[in-house]
Amino acid sequence: MASERPNRLYRNLTAKIAAIPMILTAVCVFLGGTAWTVVYSFTNSKLLPRAKFVGLDQYERLWGTHRWVVSIENLMIYGICSLVLSLVIGFVLAALMDQKIRFENTFRTIILYPFALSFIVTGLVWQWLLNPDLGLQSVVRSAGWVSFNFDPLYNADIVIFGVLIAGIWQGSGLIMVLMLAGLRGIDESIWKAARVDGIPLWKTYVFIVIPMLRPVFITTLVLITSGIVRLYDLIVAQTSGGPGIASEVPAKYVYDYMFQGQNLGQGFAASTMMLLAVLIVIIPWAYLEFGGKKRG
Amino acid sequence: MNTFKLFLAGASVLALSTSVNATDLEVTHWWTSGGEAAAVAEFAKAFDATGHKWVDGAIAGGGGTARPIVVSRIIGGDPMGAFQFNHGRQAEELIEAGLLRDMTDVAEREGWKDIVNPPSLLDACTIDGRIYCAPVNIHSWQWVWLSHAAFEKAGVAVPTSWDEFAAAGKALRDAGIQPLALGGQPWQSSGLFNVLMATLAGPDVLTKIYGEKDADLAAGPEMAKVFQAASDARSMAEGSNVQDWNQATNLVITGKAGGQIMGDWAQGEFAVAGQTAGTDYTCLPGLGMREIISTGGDAFYFPVIDNAEITAAQDVLAATLLKPETQVAFNLKKGSLPIRGDIDLSAANDCMKEGLGILAKGNTMPDVNMLNTEDTNNQLNDLFVQFFQDASITPEAAQERFVEIVRNKD
Amino acid sequence: MANPISLSVTAAAIGTTRAELSGPRGARPKRAISPRNVFIYGTLLLVSVYYLLPLYVMIVTSLKGMPEIRLGNIFAPPVEVTFEPWVKAWATACTGLNCEGLSRGFWNSVRITVPSVVLSIAIASVNGYALANWRFKGADFFFTVLIFGAFIPYQVMLYPIVILLRELGLFGSLWGLVLVHSIFGMPILTLLFRNYFTSVPEELFKAARVDGAGFWGIYFKIMLPMSLPIFVVAMIIQITGVWNDFLFGVVYTKPDVYPMTVQLNNIVNSVQGVKEYNVNMAATIITGLVPLIVYFVSGKLFVRGIAAGAVKG
Repeated sequence: MASERPNRLYRNLTAKIAAIPMILTAVCVFLGGTAWTVVYSFTNSKLLPRAKFVGLDQYERLWGTHRWVVSIENLMIYGICSLVLSLVIGFVLAALMDQKIRFENTFRTIILYPFALSFIVTGLVWQWLLNPDLGLQSVVRSAGWVSFNFDPLYNADIVIFGVLIAGIWQGSGLIMVLMLAGLRGIDESIWKAARVDGIPLWKTYVFIVIPMLRPVFITTLVLITSGIVRLYDLIVAQTSGGPGIASEVPAKYVYDYMFQGQNLGQGFAASTMMLLAVLIVIIPWAYLEFGGKKRG
Repeated sequence: MNTFKLFLAGASVLALSTSVNATDLEVTHWWTSGGEAAAVAEFAKAFDATGHKWVDGAIAGGGGTARPIVVSRIIGGDPMGAFQFNHGRQAEELIEAGLLRDMTDVAEREGWKDIVNPPSLLDACTIDGRIYCAPVNIHSWQWVWLSHAAFEKAGVAVPTSWDEFAAAGKALRDAGIQPLALGGQPWQSSGLFNVLMATLAGPDVLTKIYGEKDADLAAGPEMAKVFQAASDARSMAEGSNVQDWNQATNLVITGKAGGQIMGDWAQGEFAVAGQTAGTDYTCLPGLGMREIISTGGDAFYFPVIDNAEITAAQDVLAATLLKPETQVAFNLKKGSLPIRGDIDLSAANDCMKEGLGILAKGNTMPDVNMLNTEDTNNQLNDLFVQFFQDASITPEAAQERFVEIVRNKD
Repeated sequence: MANPISLSVTAAAIGTTRAELSGPRGARPKRAISPRNVFIYGTLLLVSVYYLLPLYVMIVTSLKGMPEIRLGNIFAPPVEVTFEPWVKAWATACTGLNCEGLSRGFWNSVRITVPSVVLSIAIASVNGYALANWRFKGADFFFTVLIFGAFIPYQVMLYPIVILLRELGLFGSLWGLVLVHSIFGMPILTLLFRNYFTSVPEELFKAARVDGAGFWGIYFKIMLPMSLPIFVVAMIIQITGVWNDFLFGVVYTKPDVYPMTVQLNNIVNSVQGVKEYNVNMAATIITGLVPLIVYFVSGKLFVRGIAAGAVKG
């Protein structure tokens, strides 16, 4: 054993050196950067970071700020709708695609291509489509339905749904592909058995297939959630947070206060809250996935 | 440090006298509308004439977009040669942190103290007796711009005050004209409110509230009236559906909107569109309610860069910006007032002359940027952009939140 | 956010999904034209319209003149086809005094994307190789931190990275942004390569060891030649991810090195006079072109890139 030790150490030395970029990134940027931000969220840093601690002041102000509360509400509405719609649309489309259809590749190409586009492009296209004077609304109106009203980007009550339409357009193809991969992984014998037992197709899906796809659902859930929390580019391109503050989101609050409002402390506090939100989703999931494995 | 400064001064004198070294100087600003771009081209021309080269670093999207980029580049150790801010408290911390150059030497050499008028402009650049920025113009917010075509179409005489304008709102609406144009960017909403406050309640109220954090005054009946007026303005602005301020100005220029409350920079847009004050449009300083203008404006700051050539070029730029010829050419295009009273502005149009007259009479007030930090402005932006875009917020509720911001401001 | 594809693969890979992408298998009975088929194809066609509409509108808008846009219907094909907006978007659209159109942003994006892709793949493949074949003490810990890093909202690390770049003297330069992309691309790519290298038969590795090959010898002579497909997948992920980034571009660069997405947003959302929707849409298409080409050319590999993690676990 003793002779093996230096050998192992030596052997791993190259690997360790090769892994230095990874170690630096993990420790300095991901751990260090996060810790730094959390620590400085307890200071009253303005334009420049200052280690003058003020306890929970920044958090008190954060939760007392209308815009932050609106941002959180928007994120909840957008998040829940986007989650439900993505999962439903993704699953239904995947189920349809899984029916041994012709032109599967063509349909998949069409449904997935928006995912290759950036949120900036997505936002700008939908800003144009939803333009009340020249876009969808005016087309329907000029077709004869004069009272037709669909101007989400200029209506504070429904603006977040205007963003949602664009978000779903961009992202649902991905969910469909993941779901389809999941469906393809289900053993043929399951379908056969269900058919032999005379179980209707929809029951097979709801009671047999979906429970079997639990891991895929959880994966997509985590994926969609952590994507939602970061929602930023789309808002910037499509609405700039307007009308008023009706489509503000936390990520934009962070950027605006950190760099524009010259109040770093607020920005740090807000980003720490975002981190917390992600951790709330990630930790139980990681525990379930990896904790479960170990026990198994 | 002293030897370093001496070295810098020496280097700059050398560069000034010989000016053999053409240095590229990156200048960051957010002047991207038609009139603004034409004005900044005058600066570039004047600076290039000194043998150096103006490298334009325009950032689109207004101060809200540009300031963060400027600040993060300076903090990130990659400063530009010079940048434009609204002078006041925006650069406070950068100066305190020693990231911006002390331009006192240039100021003394060029005699800024004697030429800059009103002196309060230079004061806004001064911290502990040292001068850190070069003011280039005076901008005042307290103007309303009215379209003659729009009022003609509505069959109403062009108003002479805010009260008349507000009364004409319904007639304009009935004629299918947007009574008040207001862009969706947050600063436009808070700016509009601050103008109403300064002209309806008076500059003293504004100074007390923002300058001395007088929360009782903010909660009082005078301010309640301002909030009521803001609510009227809100219903007049409903349906603007534009984002940028110059798009809103364009609505006035094309007669689609009756008027717009916007700073004097809007004038540049009218000029670019070839319109004449008095025949195509009317401007009312102080909204026709109170003859007052604020003396905010733009100023250039110069980050500390450890490079003698750049430092020298910075000195040249600072001096160039305040030269009489540059001031005339720039301000005529920009629609702003020059920072020195000793130059000939006979080419100015009627609106500018009115502004100059008010300035000469000394009816000035400090700009909001001199009283508020960006943090406070940002909070006001959030409040008022929401207020002006969402009719369900009552004036009373908005006032409560306003008082809250005033009470907690720094 | 700026790198949605990366995120997805990570998540998929961490999940325990075991799936195959080999297409439908087995024999489910195929029926002739039936209500069922009408329903399936009807739905898919309808859905396709929703997905294709924006692309169609972008294209037709970019080919119309402004008068036609103002009077017409956004869905109507152009009466008079003009390429003027494309020329303007590419070469002369203005932000401030700079009227070089999107071309500058395009070349910036190329200059950012190419080194970012090369650097991040080089780092990540070596990382993945070290993790898969040369496991050392603490490796698991660093790897876990790295993977968690993929989920941390970028906003949390925005400012610390400003400081990091300042200390390295890279702030505002293209290389600073390249570094940032390499850092944030690392979790997913490392995972991708680790999973791939783990699946390489142990015997190959052992045989090479017996022959006296070292860390780098095995990497270059055995691993690299064997894993070209995964390199292609990684490239697809990175090219689209870096090209589509907005947040890092806006925070860590300055106007003359702005990537295309940032410049696009500037051109479209800053107006001189009247909004030129045709130019805006032409600019939007041009910006989306590179990832779209990557997508259409790579076809199944792109799908594989997305679901890569899901295949192995």
